[in-house]
Amino acid sequence: MELYAPIFVLGGIGAVFVVVSMIVGSIAGPKRYNRAKLQAYECGIEPTPQPAGGGRFTIKYYLTAMLFIVFDIEIIFLYPWAVHFDALGLFGLIAMILFLVNVSIAYAYEWRRGGLEWN
Amino acid sequence: MTVSATATDVYLAAAPPAAAEAGGAILSNAWLLIALPLLGAAVLLLGGRRTDGWGHWLAVLLPLASFGWAVLALIELLGMDPADRSQTVPVYEWFSVGDFSAEVSLLLDPLSISFALLITGVGSLIHIYSIGYMAHDPGRRRFFGYLNLFLAAMLVLVLADNFVLLFLGWEGVGLASYLLIGFWQYKPAAAVAAKKAFLINRVGDLGLLIAIMIVFTTVGTVAFSGVFGAADEIGQGVLTAIGLLLLLGACGKSAQLPLQAWLLDAMEGPTPVSALIHAATMVTAGVYLIVRAGPIFEAAPAAQLTVAIVGAATLLAGAIIGCAKDDIKKALAGSTMSQIGYMVLAAGLGPIGYAAAIAHLITHGFFKAGLFLGAGSVMHGMNDEVDMRRYGGLRTAMPVTFATFGLCYLSIIGIPFFSGWWTKESIISATFAYGGVTGQILGGATLLGAGLTAFYMSRIMFLTFFGGKRWAEDAHPHESPASMTVPMVILAAGAVVLGAVLVYGYRFAEFLSPAVHHHAHEFDLAHMLTAPYSLAAIAVLVVGVAVAWLRYIRAEVPETAPKGNAITEAARNELYGNTINEELFMRPGQALTRAMVTIDDKVVDGLVNGVGTGTRDGSLSLRRLQTGFARTYALTMLFGAAIVVAILVVRF
Amino acid sequence: MIPLTDSAPAVLASPVITEQPPAIDYGLLSPMLVVFAAGVIAVLIEAFAPKAQRRSLQLGLALASVLGAFVLTVLQVGALPADEAGVTTALGSVAIDRPTLFLQGTILVLAFISLLLIAEQRSGESAFAAQAATVPGSEEERSHVLAGSQHTEVYPLVLFAVLGMQLFPASNDFLTMFIALEVMSLPLYLLCGLARRRRLFSQEAAVKYFLLGAFSSAFFLFGIALVYGYAGSVNFADINEAIGEGGSPLFAGTAEPLLLVGIAMIGVGLLFKIGAVPFHNWKPDVYQGAPTPITALMASAVLVAAFGALLRVFLMAFGASVEQWRPMLWVVAILTMVLAAVIAVTQRDIKRLLAYSSVVHAGFVLTAVIAASPEGLAGAMFYLAAYGFTTIGAFAVITLVRTHENGPEAADLAQWAGLGRTSPLLAGSLALFLLAFAGIPLTSGFIGKFAVFQAAVAAGATPLVVVGVLSSAVTAFFYVRIIVLMFFSEPEGSGPAVIRAGALTGSVIGIGVAATLLLGVYPTPVLDTMLPQPVGEEAEPTAADDGFTR
Repeated sequence: MELYAPIFVLGGIGAVFVVVSMIVGSIAGPKRYNRAKLQAYECGIEPTPQPAGGGRFTIKYYLTAMLFIVFDIEIIFLYPWAVHFDALGLFGLIAMILFLVNVSIAYAYEWRRGGLEWN
Repeated sequence: MTVSATATDVYLAAAPPAAAEAGGAILSNAWLLIALPLLGAAVLLLGGRRTDGWGHWLAVLLPLASFGWAVLALIELLGMDPADRSQTVPVYEWFSVGDFSAEVSLLLDPLSISFALLITGVGSLIHIYSIGYMAHDPGRRRFFGYLNLFLAAMLVLVLADNFVLLFLGWEGVGLASYLLIGFWQYKPAAAVAAKKAFLINRVGDLGLLIAIMIVFTTVGTVAFSGVFGAADEIGQGVLTAIGLLLLLGACGKSAQLPLQAWLLDAMEGPTPVSALIHAATMVTAGVYLIVRAGPIFEAAPAAQLTVAIVGAATLLAGAIIGCAKDDIKKALAGSTMSQIGYMVLAAGLGPIGYAAAIAHLITHGFFKAGLFLGAGSVMHGMNDEVDMRRYGGLRTAMPVTFATFGLCYLSIIGIPFFSGWWTKESIISATFAYGGVTGQILGGATLLGAGLTAFYMSRIMFLTFFGGKRWAEDAHPHESPASMTVPMVILAAGAVVLGAVLVYGYRFAEFLSPAVHHHAHEFDLAHMLTAPYSLAAIAVLVVGVAVAWLRYIRAEVPETAPKGNAITEAARNELYGNTINEELFMRPGQALTRAMVTIDDKVVDGLVNGVGTGTRDGSLSLRRLQTGFARTYALTMLFGAAIVVAILVVRF
Repeated sequence: MIPLTDSAPAVLASPVITEQPPAIDYGLLSPMLVVFAAGVIAVLIEAFAPKAQRRSLQLGLALASVLGAFVLTVLQVGALPADEAGVTTALGSVAIDRPTLFLQGTILVLAFISLLLIAEQRSGESAFAAQAATVPGSEEERSHVLAGSQHTEVYPLVLFAVLGMQLFPASNDFLTMFIALEVMSLPLYLLCGLARRRRLFSQEAAVKYFLLGAFSSAFFLFGIALVYGYAGSVNFADINEAIGEGGSPLFAGTAEPLLLVGIAMIGVGLLFKIGAVPFHNWKPDVYQGAPTPITALMASAVLVAAFGALLRVFLMAFGASVEQWRPMLWVVAILTMVLAAVIAVTQRDIKRLLAYSSVVHAGFVLTAVIAASPEGLAGAMFYLAAYGFTTIGAFAVITLVRTHENGPEAADLAQWAGLGRTSPLLAGSLALFLLAFAGIPLTSGFIGKFAVFQAAVAAGATPLVVVGVLSSAVTAFFYVRIIVLMFFSEPEGSGPAVIRAGALTGSVIGIGVAATLLLGVYPTPVLDTMLPQPVGEEAEPTAADDGFTR
């Protein structure tokens, strides 16, 4: 059981932090509302009204999001290598180069087939 | 396939000294016997029109090669000690799973090699004949393909070393026969005849199949050596059942009572087919089966006696039908029934009759094929006329046909020293030697049959080749081409001398004895000629010919059949065989069908279709679970996962 | 990572951090590497090759690489060590032994045949959408169709899927297996949605397959986590050993529920892939909606791969707890054989019918898994190979039969009436395939059924075999019904329109017919290659004679 104790402690600290910061914020923060602040947050873009019946986002929106996520996640694999690259030596280096080449090929495909064009 | 699991080794060990593994190169490659005609069938049937030009030559060459191989195999077999002449030739292991293995093996012994020689020899001759006979038929390539297929299947049947492989060949010849009877399928009669042959044969096949199943469940193997070795250990009741079921199978294929009705209709096929399949080879498969399964019949006397009685009854029935038919091929078909009846009768006598049955089978293969080919030659020259009342006086127009047909005729009616006499005499003497009242009655039947044979064959002979010309207006009879006459000449030669070769000195019986476990007694030609029943046979022969002479040479032959008495009418109607079938099976069957339909309609939840509807209803309601919604599917999976977890985790 | 104290040394496997680079035998992995490299090159071709040449380049590359991989696989059979079942490589994560090589070889051959079917096109029209990204029925789609666009991404996708299939039955630990599963599945999800005709239908199938596949992957992954918790390792041999020792010492033998739930969850993931009831719902919808060549690939090669993985997991990783999982597979196998056969009876759509038939066949193969014996393994592998050839042939026939000239495939069985009269050769081939499905002697199906049932009986599962035989009688009913329909029924209206088989489709059907007959008449050479010949006895008689390496 004591193996899991640090996890419970971490979880507890996290929960306390959230609750405390929300309470402190609501008590201590200044409350000066204007139009921009009352709008839904949309990455700084002017919010557009949804067409009647729900409507759809253009597929490009998801495509771009997914492409971002794909390459973003691939980068994660660089971290373990970066931590241990000295131990992995030449083998690790070659493996990582191969990995990056493969990712680049996917990138090349995306670029050549117009995945990055926004029209 | 030799089914040999560890559990069945017990039975295999109990078998008589197992057949030796084949030694020589010829025997060990005996699969070629089957493979050659099979290759021909494959090339011709799959090759399509590309093979139209040369296909029939290939189809002739391959059976000839197969015949050559069979001859070499015979020579190799003769070179061995008689005790070693039973050779098991493993072809290949079909599959082996766990400790179970199924092997395909051939059995070459005197019995099977005799058949192989007859099948390939007569078969090759009929192939050659067909080149001329089918020269103008647009489907010639297909015809030859089927013929080759038939040969291959027939060889599988006789060379198999176990019941299952035998059954495979059995079904194969049934298929080939069906295809060939219905070869001119645009003729409704041919299509109907093919269907009829197929259906009646199914009844017999079912008998054989059930027999094989009983054998396998009781003995645990289907290999001949294993089954026959264990025959003594099987109960009498089971043995009798197996014997009767085998007989049923034999009756279907050999057109014996009560499954005889298809053979006469089968004459709708091209004449070479009638000669090859429905006279010389396939219809003798039943005789082969009975002789091969001899140990079973010997251990089941009741079944064996039934075989003899069926044979005797059929030999008379066939002869009577043969007396009344005006269609030359149907008259010959009746004769075939009758002659096979002789063989079945002999086979039903037990070991003393086996050699006689097989010897008669071989000589019959020659003279009956010769007669059919002669009939075909006559039809060829007479614009496919089959009614003998429209023939007459053809001996001058077709001298070769007349001569060969005549020799075969002399042979079949049993003129002394012709082939037929030797072998038929052997059967008659074996029947009387059987002893007891049974032997006397059966012997009487054989003698009566001999008289009838003399009558109906003389009738055919006289109506066709003698007397005045009763031809149709446009008939211009002419002799057939050499490709047709040469095989007829060879067959006629066989019809003259083969009997003496086989029977004189009981050479064939000696040769056959290792396969049928019976040693022939002393050969005595003088006895053969002077025994009371031999003299009686010659007497009835003379009477039969004389009656025919009186009726068809001395008297005027009307061009349409006159109204006959009750017996004639019965014979013309094939002894009402079709009517009996109709009344006994077809009509009750139809009534049953109607009743079933009524039950089906009125008692919807009846027991008859309860299972079927149950399945269908279950299926329909289960189908509703397949909604097409992914959410339902996911839910099903979740339930499934719950079930799987529950089964694993919950302990009872 | 949980900090390990000295009191619990090496309770859980420590992360593989070595000073030495891991030993990887690239020779052993070469069949997979070849296919992977070809897939990557195929992506480059998509990116840089001119449109006109893409199809021929892609097809040549795909066929060559699959063929090359097959040759390399065959070469490895000879290189297997004589006294052992096989070898593992890449830190024990990939096992190369006879079953692996047989399954990989089978997969590659089946994939090759499927590729022929995939490549078939008639007057420039393949089975795949001109441009999958366009909205069905839109102006854009029409312009792509008119421009004769071709979907050549199919080839790299198939190659990646094949890579996954190769790795799936070869993986020797659960992480590798999971990656293989995903590498195999993701391209398939996409491929399912690419049908040229009835595109919405096809896309629906793809989405369903993807959702349910993701669902099952979650089960699989959760099961891995539980089993890892129990055994302290994801390696199959280690897990098997841990089961023998009663689990990780951490739990002092009290963690069996962890293992059992883990087995159940992993079982769910794998049973979904083979489509066993009650995890089969996706199969009819997906088989029906996917482009028929892809259906052929899924019904053959994917099934082989999934069963290969299932066999390795249950016989190797969980081999020591066979008594625990056997009842579970009994229930699943019976449900699969009975329910799928019953549902299939009333199907009207030929592809759905074959999908249910594939479910029933999965049930039959499961009986061999339940046997958990070398014969069972051999029987299952033979069954899968035989079934693969037959089923590709059957789907190839389906691609040729259309409702009318230039129409879509004739899905409704009623439209197949009278096919035997108009195209006897085609109908005859299909009849042969159906007879093989039904297990008629002298077809490969008979040997396969015999082998699996024999193995099951030997392992004492006779009731299961009785159910199997009854179920195959039910299935024979609807197979024969199709044959009767084709040969003895009057065609509806003008009857089905049969388009002439191109060289590719024709050879696929020809290979199917030849394999079905050959494996039925002379199966011995194939049966013999599957297991090591019993010459050199293994060190562990009970554990190693199943042919798997450890």
